[in-house]
Amino acid sequence: MQKYSAFSLFLEGLRGQQGWRPQWRAPEPKPAYDAIIIGGGGHGLATAYYLASEHGLTNIAVLERGWLGGGNTGRNTTIVRSNYLFEESAELYDHAVKLWEGLSQELNYNVMYSPRGVLMLAHNVHDIQSFKRHIHANRLAGVDNEWLDAEACKEFCPPLNIAPGMRYPVLGGALQRRGGTTRHDAVAWGFARAADARGVDIIQNCEVKAIRRDANGAVEAVETTRGVIRTKKIGVSAAGHTSVVMAMAGVRVPLESYPLQALVSEPVKPAFPCVVMSNTIHAYISQSDKGELVIGAGTDAYVSYSQRGGLHIANHTLDAICELFPMFRRMRMLRNWGGIVDVTPDRSPIIGKTPVPGLYVNCGWGTGGFKATPGAGNLLAHTIARDEPHPINAPFALDRFRDGLLIDEAAAAAVAH
Amino acid sequence: MLVINCPYCGPRPEIEFQYGGQAHVARPENPAATTDAQWAEYLYMRDNPKGAHFERWRHIHGCARFFNAVRDTVSDFFLTTYEIGAPRPDLDRLKEGANR
Repeated sequence: MQKYSAFSLFLEGLRGQQGWRPQWRAPEPKPAYDAIIIGGGGHGLATAYYLASEHGLTNIAVLERGWLGGGNTGRNTTIVRSNYLFEESAELYDHAVKLWEGLSQELNYNVMYSPRGVLMLAHNVHDIQSFKRHIHANRLAGVDNEWLDAEACKEFCPPLNIAPGMRYPVLGGALQRRGGTTRHDAVAWGFARAADARGVDIIQNCEVKAIRRDANGAVEAVETTRGVIRTKKIGVSAAGHTSVVMAMAGVRVPLESYPLQALVSEPVKPAFPCVVMSNTIHAYISQSDKGELVIGAGTDAYVSYSQRGGLHIANHTLDAICELFPMFRRMRMLRNWGGIVDVTPDRSPIIGKTPVPGLYVNCGWGTGGFKATPGAGNLLAHTIARDEPHPINAPFALDRFRDGLLIDEAAAAAVAH
Repeated sequence: MLVINCPYCGPRPEIEFQYGGQAHVARPENPAATTDAQWAEYLYMRDNPKGAHFERWRHIHGCARFFNAVRDTVSDFFLTTYEIGAPRPDLDRLKEGANR
């Protein structure tokens, strides 16, 4: 791996930038691997990286149907936070935040983690009570989260409108200072480069068509558009398409796939200092380093794989943004798009073993998977390498729906998060 | 925005409707007699197909009645809508109709 540093940049400047090499290889698939990861997004690439770096499993491949990070990794609003209600969730998401903090150094790749603070707005009495409950629960779990009244919110985020006459007035907010954003593409590319350097084969344009199982029911191979590849272990990290992939192995998963939309504005000078979320009126906003406002909407109401969504959903979000931030009323939106998110009944993810020996799954992150990218990969890698879950992801097993051990973040937040 | 054909009121814009999840999910006759796995199947497992999906909708800002629909989840195209209680339509015939 070509190490990136200020010195290498300087040296290449002297050589006319002729010495840069591709960040990862484009290998042909081998006939067999020790493990295969299905899905070359952030989660899948992180899984491969941690399998290689922490568990010494380097004869592995990542199979990606399209291009790296072209699914939800490239379609989300890049928000990172960990102030979830339940201890299991707070531990899971905080595991990821701790990895984010050192990730650029570890990968020798600038993932641009920017802990600029995530402010969640409260618009009614229920919000205030719910957020304060979160704050107290987070304090007990050792996760930072603090209450700001409306004036303090305005001070933290000057563009915010806190006029009392609004349809959804700002009554205060919960602030997680360690929360923020990272650069989504850099996350996928950084993990891909670091995994490739450790010998992982990253194979793009390779769609898995079927999963073969032996006489005992264990996985033995995958059939792909680039041939049959034998393997004893498969990690599925396919987000919105998890149901489709798991059906190839005959496993039903409690998931429904919904479009989630986002949009960006024209780029402007730095104007917005933090991340602001409003779960009540479904608006999520931050400003990228390029200067675009990155705005997230809610999910569409119905299951779909269309990677679009109704315009009225985006419109509803922009109504809320314009009321909360009047200075953005004349901004023009450049692009909008949808990603397909896999939602579980309790709005908590599933990371763990499946009824099929050798088949492992990381799914169900719903609308909040990006923030967990390094953590999810780290835990799935542990589960695959040891054939048993890490204590952090043990509560997030597939069995919990049968056993009634839900981690009900849906009820906790009262909305999609 | 989708245009949805309510079997009672005719074609109306999507915002008049509420989505009601997968159709034809029958509650077990005797819940006490089910195993945990069967009960979880009823509560939580849904088909989530990439393709034709049988689903319920409710015309909440119109006649307020529930009805069933078959929609392609890749294109969001409605193959048909039909009244609650009507038999599940034959998928092959529907697709033929859609292609014609």
